[in-house]
Amino acid sequence: MSGPLQLEVSDLRVQIAGQHGVVRPIDGVSFEIAPGEAVGLVGESGSGKSLTLRSILGLLPPEATVTSGKVVFNGTDLTQLSQARLNKVRGRRIAMIFQEPMSALNPVMRVGNQIAEGPRIHLGMSRAQSVARAVDLMRRVGIPDPERRFRAFPHEFSGGMRQRVMIAMALSCDPELILCDEPTTALDVTIQDQILRLLAQLCQESGTSLMFVTHDLPVVAQVCHKVAVMYAGRIVERGTVSQVFSRPMHPYTLGLLRSAPDVDRPDQSLVPIPGSPPSLIAPPSGCRFHPRCKFAEEDCKVSEPPLRLLDAGRATACLHYEQCLDQIGADT
Amino acid sequence: MSEQVIVEAAGIEVSFSVGSSLGARLRHQQHVLHAVDGIDLTVRKGEALALVGESGSGKSTLARAIAGIQRTNRGQIKLDGKVLAARRSSTDQRRIQMVFQDPYSSLNPRLTVGSILHELLRVHHVVPHHEVESHTRQLLRMVGLDEDAAHALPRQFSGGQRQRVAIARAIALRPEVLVADEPVSALDVSVQATILNLLRELQNELGLTMLFISHNLAVVRHLCDRVAVMYLGRIIEVAPTKVLFENPRHPYTAGLLAAIPRMTPGDESGAPAVKGDPPSPLRLPAGCRFRTRCPIAQQICAEEDPALTASGTDPDHSAACHFAWRTSLANAPETV
Repeated sequence: MSGPLQLEVSDLRVQIAGQHGVVRPIDGVSFEIAPGEAVGLVGESGSGKSLTLRSILGLLPPEATVTSGKVVFNGTDLTQLSQARLNKVRGRRIAMIFQEPMSALNPVMRVGNQIAEGPRIHLGMSRAQSVARAVDLMRRVGIPDPERRFRAFPHEFSGGMRQRVMIAMALSCDPELILCDEPTTALDVTIQDQILRLLAQLCQESGTSLMFVTHDLPVVAQVCHKVAVMYAGRIVERGTVSQVFSRPMHPYTLGLLRSAPDVDRPDQSLVPIPGSPPSLIAPPSGCRFHPRCKFAEEDCKVSEPPLRLLDAGRATACLHYEQCLDQIGADT
Repeated sequence: MSEQVIVEAAGIEVSFSVGSSLGARLRHQQHVLHAVDGIDLTVRKGEALALVGESGSGKSTLARAIAGIQRTNRGQIKLDGKVLAARRSSTDQRRIQMVFQDPYSSLNPRLTVGSILHELLRVHHVVPHHEVESHTRQLLRMVGLDEDAAHALPRQFSGGQRQRVAIARAIALRPEVLVADEPVSALDVSVQATILNLLRELQNELGLTMLFISHNLAVVRHLCDRVAVMYLGRIIEVAPTKVLFENPRHPYTAGLLAAIPRMTPGDESGAPAVKGDPPSPLRLPAGCRFRTRCPIAQQICAEEDPALTASGTDPDHSAACHFAWRTSLANAPETV
């Protein structure tokens, strides 16, 4: 992709000092998002995907600290900003949508006011202007009868409607980037379908970029252009969605794809990934996936393979990625 | 798979009272929520039958009623032709066992895995006293755990391993029917696959009949022989898995299938597969319950509640829609 990058995260490292030692849940993560692009970040629980998303806006838990790396957003390194300066970015230029809308919304504030708060604070709108904007946003995200529902409280809404409120809040200041942390995991499949379509359509209309964290690969396939796969605090593979899902170049991605049942391929047998994710206190030497990898060789155990850039925007951290491709070739 | 019926549920109703009756009268609502509202379901010996539906459709309540841990208000459940009493004898309890969704809360945190299994084997006299120990080890091997696992507490295990313990506990009593309520929903994808493979193996080895509750249709298509789709306390369509996925006859089933995110990038610019939210179970629409969201609803749908009727050509395929067997869904009458 040409043109300036909107967000460039380079070599991000986060550590948490715990009772049993120092944990590095994010250990050298780099990725970029171009304007108008939708990027998915996938991985299993504990891979560090949510934490990566949160560290962009400095929303880490108090015991976690960013030890190195940069988060450059339109030329500014967000890790170097004071909280006051960061507050001018949060919600205004980068918005966030959380998994649990009930715990992310204020339960004792009318939903309309929660949507109107952003434009009032960040855009300096008057009360009347911000209310009109909130009603308009509620209509755009598909909340029926917005003038009346403006005065409702979050508990009066269903899960899907609450997530629409979250989307309206995220859009309220015309942000350049929206970060989504599993926004549809708590929803039923028909509601998930509604919300995903809404997000995709709204972002396309306004040219907003999207970063989408989820463990659900088909959801990424529906919404995103590009995808990065995380394992044990590192990105192991990157590329466009169609490249990564049809020709994975990392055995972990291959494992994820083969262990998830695909509704369109009911006869495909499920092949689980052997073993379990490594401890982050003492990760395995070399490639962190090597103890579970059937292609692992001696060189995988020696040094940690970096994410190597291949042609056409693909990157892999596997030394023997050709074997994955051979395997895919043998299967079909 | 035989045609022999093992579980037969007829006219099952389960209701819960919600809030006070006065408050409900003031709000013009019912205060009784019919979670399961008159369901007939047969499960055949050796099959894996899926119950699917959105949250609030009553699938878990129905499963718990069949497992005997939820009292029913009406209806009867037969096992092998014999009606089960409301309060089941311990022999009847043994025959239908359950695996729950959350392996973190369904195991006693103070008992070792070994003692969880020992207790069961002793209370139900599954094996003679002196064989309890060896049988426990055998059960652990069957679910793919180390024999040492007997000495560990549930908290020392990962989610997938705990679910293995829960499965060992369920099969320890040598049940004929295993009711699994979202057994893989709390697990990561790679772990999910091991549990699904384990369930399938056990089903083949032990000749188990399985009632599998899930909202994940990809998992259901992979594992189950037949599918029953629930919507607001009713079964609205039942069919063999292949038939249901390829030729759904109820507009809700069709919408549910179209809403599944696919691995091939789709066109997200179109309208969603099913519009709106399900209505509140306390204020059910008159007539067909799905008509408020249905793309092909007609006048008759508001007046008559469609019954679950079988197809003229395929007795295994039933749907509760006025238009299910008239035309193909695509040629259904236009909305007026």
